[in-house]
Amino acid sequence: MIETEFAVVGAGPAGLSAALEAGRAGVKTLVIDENQASGGQLFKQIHKFFGSKEHWAGTRGIEIGNRLLMESEKAGVKVMLDTVAWGIFDGGKVLALKQNEGIRRVHAQNILLATGASENALAFPGWTLPGVLGAGAAQTLVNLHRVLPGMKVLMVGSGNVGLIVSYQLLQAGAKIVAVVEALPKIGGYGVHASKIRRMGVPILVSHTVKEAAGDGKVERAIVTQIDEQWHPVPGTEREFEVDTICMAVGLHPLAELAWIAGCQFAYIAELGGHVPLHGKNMETTIPGLYVAGDAAGIGEATAAMEEGRLVGVDVARRLGRLSDREAEMLVSEIESRIESIRSGPFGDMLREVKKKLIERRG
Amino acid sequence: MNKGQEVEFVFDGKRVKGYEGEPIATALLASGVKVFRYTVKSGSPRGVFCAIGRCTDCVMTVDGMPNVRTCITPLRGGLIVQTQKGLGSWGDTR
Repeated sequence: MIETEFAVVGAGPAGLSAALEAGRAGVKTLVIDENQASGGQLFKQIHKFFGSKEHWAGTRGIEIGNRLLMESEKAGVKVMLDTVAWGIFDGGKVLALKQNEGIRRVHAQNILLATGASENALAFPGWTLPGVLGAGAAQTLVNLHRVLPGMKVLMVGSGNVGLIVSYQLLQAGAKIVAVVEALPKIGGYGVHASKIRRMGVPILVSHTVKEAAGDGKVERAIVTQIDEQWHPVPGTEREFEVDTICMAVGLHPLAELAWIAGCQFAYIAELGGHVPLHGKNMETTIPGLYVAGDAAGIGEATAAMEEGRLVGVDVARRLGRLSDREAEMLVSEIESRIESIRSGPFGDMLREVKKKLIERRG
Repeated sequence: MNKGQEVEFVFDGKRVKGYEGEPIATALLASGVKVFRYTVKSGSPRGVFCAIGRCTDCVMTVDGMPNVRTCITPLRGGLIVQTQKGLGSWGDTR
């Protein structure tokens, strides 16, 4: 059994930020990640971040990732890579790990689950054909590994992910035949939509994909207009010759370990589905067990980092490495940064639902 | 961006090139491979879906071990990679 004061599952923006904050205060911290490298999904985000001026706006995700890795190294954060945390036992105090072909356990009084999110999918005839994939998946392939999933792409969903990934696929040399959006208006920022429209990509609102067809792989996509009741409008079907269909239809929190541990959840659509209830300090309904980042409700990487920091500070305070006063000062700085991230039309909504979530935790 | 050394591996009996350390899946995609496996019940084809090791749609038999998530498994020269049928079988390196 490995003994540590603070164990973190997930070396993405939330997990690393928590570890960094705790590590700086002298807390013995161990981060566990199933991937071959730290950084979570930051390194596929080659675009400049939006949002508050005070907080990373204008900086590319990949640069934020690099800075985070540097800072964590400086703070002496230890990351166990290629290690899957597959279980949690003893009232949320023991994690079970798979490393190579062996099983190990970690015991910690404080555990953070910063396990991120998974992409939503749409089920339509042909959606399992090779060539139908997540927009985030396409982003990983193109930006991280520099391989295009295909050359002619239909993008489903016009939120920021759909728009940004469309642009990045265009930059990589693919053709986007269209972006379809089921709602009557474009979901993401106007600036991202304009960018791809200027490059000749039609954005079809009140449209959805009806079917993918092809012999063993995607060769065609059938798109249809839909009415206010989301019913297909007869006679509006259009066929596009494509080899790829990307789905950018949202994300949901990956919080299996919190379910296993017995945390209380709430279903909050705006946060991506079932979310573990958490307090202002990000603690779940199980003492000493925390959540942060997308696992605590889908949001931005910048907010995930701040939520991670809240956990790091709280753990350090609990272990007596920070005085209550020091912790309070840090927390108020972090909270004001979260406020500024969650401003504007998207942010206001997020701030309100997060408030609801915290109230329900009590 | 630093790519690994160019290496050769075997896909369904054919020699294919890729870069050491990149995921097996991207080496295959770059070589034009779309179908990674066929499902157990209906035998329908599957390819890369999530690309981050969550969905298991891209699993293949690698060096005789079935159900390897090729989107997160690094490529090495000389690997024997096979399209997986159903659950695959252990030790299959044809």
